[in-house]
Amino acid sequence: MEVLQLLVSGLANGCVYGLIALGFVLIYKATEAVNFAQGDFMMLGAFVTLGLTNAEYMDLPFWIAAPLAISIMAVLGYLLDFFILRHLFGQSQTAVVILTIALGFVLRFVAGLIWGHEPQTLESPLALGDVQFGGVVLGMADVAVIVVTFLLTWSLYQFFQRTKLGLAMQAASQNQMAAYFMGIPVRRVQGLIWGLAGATAAVAGILFASKGAIDPNAGLLGIKAFAAAVIGGFGSLPGALAGGLIVGVIEPFAARYLAAGYSQIAPYALLLAVLIFRPHGLFSQVRVKKV
Amino acid sequence: MRIHFKTTYEQDIRLFPDLWTACVYGALILLAFALPYLINEFYVGEVTNVLIWAIAGLGLMLLTGQTGQASLGHAAFLAIGCYTNTILIEQGLPFIIAFPLAGVITGVVGAIIAIPALRLHGIYLAIATIALSILADDIIVLLEPWTGGVSGKFPEMISIFGFEIERWTMPTRFYYLVLVVTIICTLFYRNLLRSPLGRAFAAVRDSEVSATAMGVHIARTKATAFGLSCMITGWAGALMGYYAGTFNNETFSIVISITLLMMIVIGGLGSIHGAFFGAVVVAFLPQGLSILKDGLIGGGVAIPGLETGVFGMILILFILFEPMGIYGRWLKIRIWFELFPFARKDMFRRQKSYLKTERLR
Repeated sequence: MEVLQLLVSGLANGCVYGLIALGFVLIYKATEAVNFAQGDFMMLGAFVTLGLTNAEYMDLPFWIAAPLAISIMAVLGYLLDFFILRHLFGQSQTAVVILTIALGFVLRFVAGLIWGHEPQTLESPLALGDVQFGGVVLGMADVAVIVVTFLLTWSLYQFFQRTKLGLAMQAASQNQMAAYFMGIPVRRVQGLIWGLAGATAAVAGILFASKGAIDPNAGLLGIKAFAAAVIGGFGSLPGALAGGLIVGVIEPFAARYLAAGYSQIAPYALLLAVLIFRPHGLFSQVRVKKV
Repeated sequence: MRIHFKTTYEQDIRLFPDLWTACVYGALILLAFALPYLINEFYVGEVTNVLIWAIAGLGLMLLTGQTGQASLGHAAFLAIGCYTNTILIEQGLPFIIAFPLAGVITGVVGAIIAIPALRLHGIYLAIATIALSILADDIIVLLEPWTGGVSGKFPEMISIFGFEIERWTMPTRFYYLVLVVTIICTLFYRNLLRSPLGRAFAAVRDSEVSATAMGVHIARTKATAFGLSCMITGWAGALMGYYAGTFNNETFSIVISITLLMMIVIGGLGSIHGAFFGAVVVAFLPQGLSILKDGLIGGGVAIPGLETGVFGMILILFILFEPMGIYGRWLKIRIWFELFPFARKDMFRRQKSYLKTERLR
């Protein structure tokens, strides 16, 4: 029973990592850039929802506030691309990496300025009550996280495989010049993908905030989501989710069965092991370029 | 404008292109040695801090600016250098042996770590080094018998043949020590660039495919770059330990790694000057901000996270408007004056490239 309990709580945590990792993968899939600020996007999404819902701020009903927050984050993502990232078009990936790290710093600072540095809790209807399945006690929030994550991953996967826009996004990343020839508005497509990543981050943020308190440094969770995305193989949506679940499940088990100092290491040790033995993740899509 | 008329290939790789440049740098070194007589002890300490950051910056510049491998884990190597130096001295080795050895050990560890990391490139390498930086914190705690764990360590007083150096009571002596190490590291870096190895680094950075075609062994070159970079960083780490006076597992956090990378970007990637300019920004930003804040909204108001926030904004502005950093801006201004009135707007325009994925599906 204990194993099952650990497994389920690990899955719920893993889904949050998976959701952030989805954001990484979305942007990587469409622009070949990595958004190191995705964790901070999530933090911002959570705080925007909190600002709209909680009694001491706007006091809107949750079911109005949540879609509103998601659309605010989507617009913010698009604007970020429009005003900042679009100007890096054609520059090296390292420039984008450093830019997004800096962006993370700025977002953390801004969130701290607006909402303060104390941990706060979201007044979320998801946070109430527990469900019992046999001997396993599940928080409502955990169930919601797992369900929403799987739905979101499935629909994003379908979006990329089946819709015209999704295919255009993939084409834009695979070969920008060829995509231009095919009449794809590459820049606008990249802006849309940043908006989509912002929306995904907002969903992750709402779910994360329903599970516990948040503060401006919550975005550092993004590093674990990184591990998830890499383990799954950057560029694969189901891979990101799988990686998130693996990291999420390993954590409670390591904390339970390993000695104190070693348990925090476990996700990163796994990350390094994956990088060494399968450098492009478990769901690899890369072949070595021959000279 | 000075025109260099080159008659031999030797002239291409001379340490200084002409007598004038040599004189300028000679004067700079003289000024650096005279500095403690010109300013008071507090500022000598601050300049020491700048120099230590500059050494660390040189280390990372060798890897990121010269070889093109972004590392977000160099704080781990600062830590290795710092702890190795302290432990060796505690074992009874004199400083004059322990300090160089600490750098060499850090370099060897770096090269060993680099071997699996070599199969990675671009973002994967950056992520692996992030993991390294996070692991370093936990590993220092786990190795408590050697590292002192969470309670940390205090470096002993430096003694070179009976000549004692301590950071707090004799900041001037410590400044000279750091200055000498800085000059050695800078000369080492500069000479490396003149050697075939240095040019192999640049070839790997510019295009791995063409470098292979020219006969450069990519993996070996990258491992060497990693090792040499870690060696310099290790020395910087040892000096940082002395400068801080006490250190534990949290001293060399991932924030230091990121700051280091951002520092060389602000300074100007791929140039020695860039490491120094960046170090000046990083070392003086906190003081400058607090002076500015006191002037604008009065003292005593604490804004948590202000430094990193402002640092991030400066960095975004640099990447958007001056990707070549402070040194790049300085070069542009200088060339504008040298060529006056023939400088044109697009002289520094960089070629843009269309992205192609390496993924197959």
